[in-house]
Amino acid sequence: MEILAVGLTIALTIATSIPIGRYMARVFSGAKTWLDPIFVPVERLVLRLSTVNADEEQDWKAYAKSLLVSNVVMWLATFVVVTLQGMLFLNPDRIGNMEPALAFNTISSFTTNTNLQHYSGETGLSYLSQMIVITFLQFVTAATGMAALVAIIRALGGSRLTKLGNFYVDVTRAAVRVLLPLAILVATVLMWQGTPMTFEGAAKATTVEGREQAIARGPVAAEVAIKQLGTNGGGYFGPNSAHPYENPTPLSNLVETWSIAVIPMAMVWTLGQMIQRRRLALVIFLTMLALYLPLVAFIESQELGPAGSMEGKEVRFGAAMSALWAATTTVTSNGSVDTMHDSLTPLGGLVPMIGMWLNNIFGGVGVGFINMLIFIVVTVFVTGMMIGRTPEFLGKKVEGKEMKLASIAMLLHPLLILGGTAIACAVWAATKDPGTALGWLKNPGAHGFSEMMYEFSSAAANNGSGFEGLGDNTPFWNISTGLVMLLGRYIPIIAPLALAASLAAKPSAPEGAGSLRADSATFGLALWSVVVVLGLLMFMPVAVLGPIAEFLAMR
Amino acid sequence: MLTELRRGVLFTIVTMVLFGGVYHLLIWSIGRIFPRQAEGSLVRRADGTVIGSSLIAQKFTRPQYFHPRPSAVDYNAASAGGSNYGPSNPEYPKLVHEMATASGSGLDPHIPPAAAELQIARVARARNVNPATVRELVREHTEAPLFGVFGRARVNVLELNLALDQELPSSAPSPRSGAPSPRKRGEGLSRGTFSECPSPREAGRGWPKAG
Repeated sequence: MEILAVGLTIALTIATSIPIGRYMARVFSGAKTWLDPIFVPVERLVLRLSTVNADEEQDWKAYAKSLLVSNVVMWLATFVVVTLQGMLFLNPDRIGNMEPALAFNTISSFTTNTNLQHYSGETGLSYLSQMIVITFLQFVTAATGMAALVAIIRALGGSRLTKLGNFYVDVTRAAVRVLLPLAILVATVLMWQGTPMTFEGAAKATTVEGREQAIARGPVAAEVAIKQLGTNGGGYFGPNSAHPYENPTPLSNLVETWSIAVIPMAMVWTLGQMIQRRRLALVIFLTMLALYLPLVAFIESQELGPAGSMEGKEVRFGAAMSALWAATTTVTSNGSVDTMHDSLTPLGGLVPMIGMWLNNIFGGVGVGFINMLIFIVVTVFVTGMMIGRTPEFLGKKVEGKEMKLASIAMLLHPLLILGGTAIACAVWAATKDPGTALGWLKNPGAHGFSEMMYEFSSAAANNGSGFEGLGDNTPFWNISTGLVMLLGRYIPIIAPLALAASLAAKPSAPEGAGSLRADSATFGLALWSVVVVLGLLMFMPVAVLGPIAEFLAMR
Repeated sequence: MLTELRRGVLFTIVTMVLFGGVYHLLIWSIGRIFPRQAEGSLVRRADGTVIGSSLIAQKFTRPQYFHPRPSAVDYNAASAGGSNYGPSNPEYPKLVHEMATASGSGLDPHIPPAAAELQIARVARARNVNPATVRELVREHTEAPLFGVFGRARVNVLELNLALDQELPSSAPSPRSGAPSPRKRGEGLSRGTFSECPSPREAGRGWPKAG
């Protein structure tokens, strides 16, 4: 019966992603929608107060510059808040200032939409920080990813086009007219189900057996809603959505699981709508689905199978929905959890890693599709070589410049993950009595290796989930993953933006009979194969060293 | 560049106020529709003092109460978490049972009906009542999965125990003045407080049986 819930959840998410995708296409194209009377005035106010001229069109360089400058300002402002939170207001539980190395990691994590957390929410952040640092960044960084994709979509649809829209207009529309209405809806359902929303400090209880129990709470519902919708994933409490306050019932769990995937799925339909290529959107969507469903089926077989257990899981969700969440949160770069991934079965724990390694199956809001675009360009190139024709995508020639940019974006990901893990292993091996000297690993053997590899995979994929047995609040992990998150965010946005702009500037030629059409089933199959083969080539060796070795050792 | 910087700074301030402030006030206002949930589903005594939250597990060790799942954080609701034991870890529970496995949050307020069933005999003995009466109360407090498929059947331990105290008052000393439980354990993981279902490694250490 439990497995039926998994199927229903996926079906519901796909079905609702279609109207939401259409709505987003209208928002970003400037067409009218039924929500305009409420949210358009807010959008106008934000733009006017920010002195943005909404009619100003930017080329890709100006667009990228606005993106980077706004992100640097946000980084600095929020860094100041968390490092001074102990002296500021809205701090009923008297949380102290965050120390600089941890603050570097935390702020880099949240400005890059990663939400890797080396602190624990209820003990590490004041209410003010939860509100104006975490929740604020969860809105604007998700909107930043969406804006970047919208610019790329415009570029793909254009012919001899240089202007890609205005970054501030796009980011404001994404935040105010897409994320805000959905977040209000989701937060309301969560409060109905039991998620707290209060500015009072921890509740002091005297339990039935007479013990004192302090119960941390706060403005939780507002944050959990956007954390799920914006592929952020950074929870209010340490255990994230496994915590009964963040996720009180099976219904809240359904709504939160839906919230993880619905916008990433909808963005594919948005692309089809905006450049009038619905067949292409369908082919890409089905290709992503054909990568996603086998992962879900596999993790369900592991967690519901004889090796599965309820360690790290919650009774009210059960094993099946917990496993679905684990697969969904990692393919989409969300990174929230409702079960402890460290306690998944060895091969079950491999599934979240695969999701982060590929990082393009629906993916993060906006950026997931951008990652898939890289694989599409590579596929166009590979198939073009195979049939002996100049590679073309949407009637544009794909040449050396585009391939270089695609290669940079694609190779950076394994470089950061494998390079980072190698350095961590070297440090571990060079340290005398590393277990006590470093305090990194809670689990011995191959699983310890998996913990380190998972951390870098999560950082590079801007995912944010973790094998939390890793003692990660140390200078090494704070600085190294902080840097990996920054590189893993901005290079894979800027390089594809340059690539798309380069395609946009070319004249669009009608697709001839000899070219492989991107909106065909053949192309979908080729794309699926390229993703699988490249994924295996890049990550099979470390998969063997970690989860597969653990699986074999336990037999 | 100066225009760019000014826009960046102003946009940051404006959206910080909007999403960090106004949005929270809006959600908080909507939360007035659900006042009990918004303050954390707290359960109070007649005099208004807080017993706990129906959503947050609290520690129970006495035989006359049902016990929640083990907690990696000893039911600390101000700093929650799971054990994060990997499956190959020697500490990973060998018994595939909710009463031997620590929950992800360490604050799981529920146990499955089967885990309640295993405790009925002990609770009934401690309260000197017929097990059938206790079983009936457990049945009343069992929630079915949503629409029959989402989540698992579950029993809220705190709500069940409060109902027990109300309907089948214990002849044992009152909780506030009661002697400490003989099975009181040290810090950290409190696996195996559920004595009818010890894991092999715990049974091997010979912890006292209750009841």
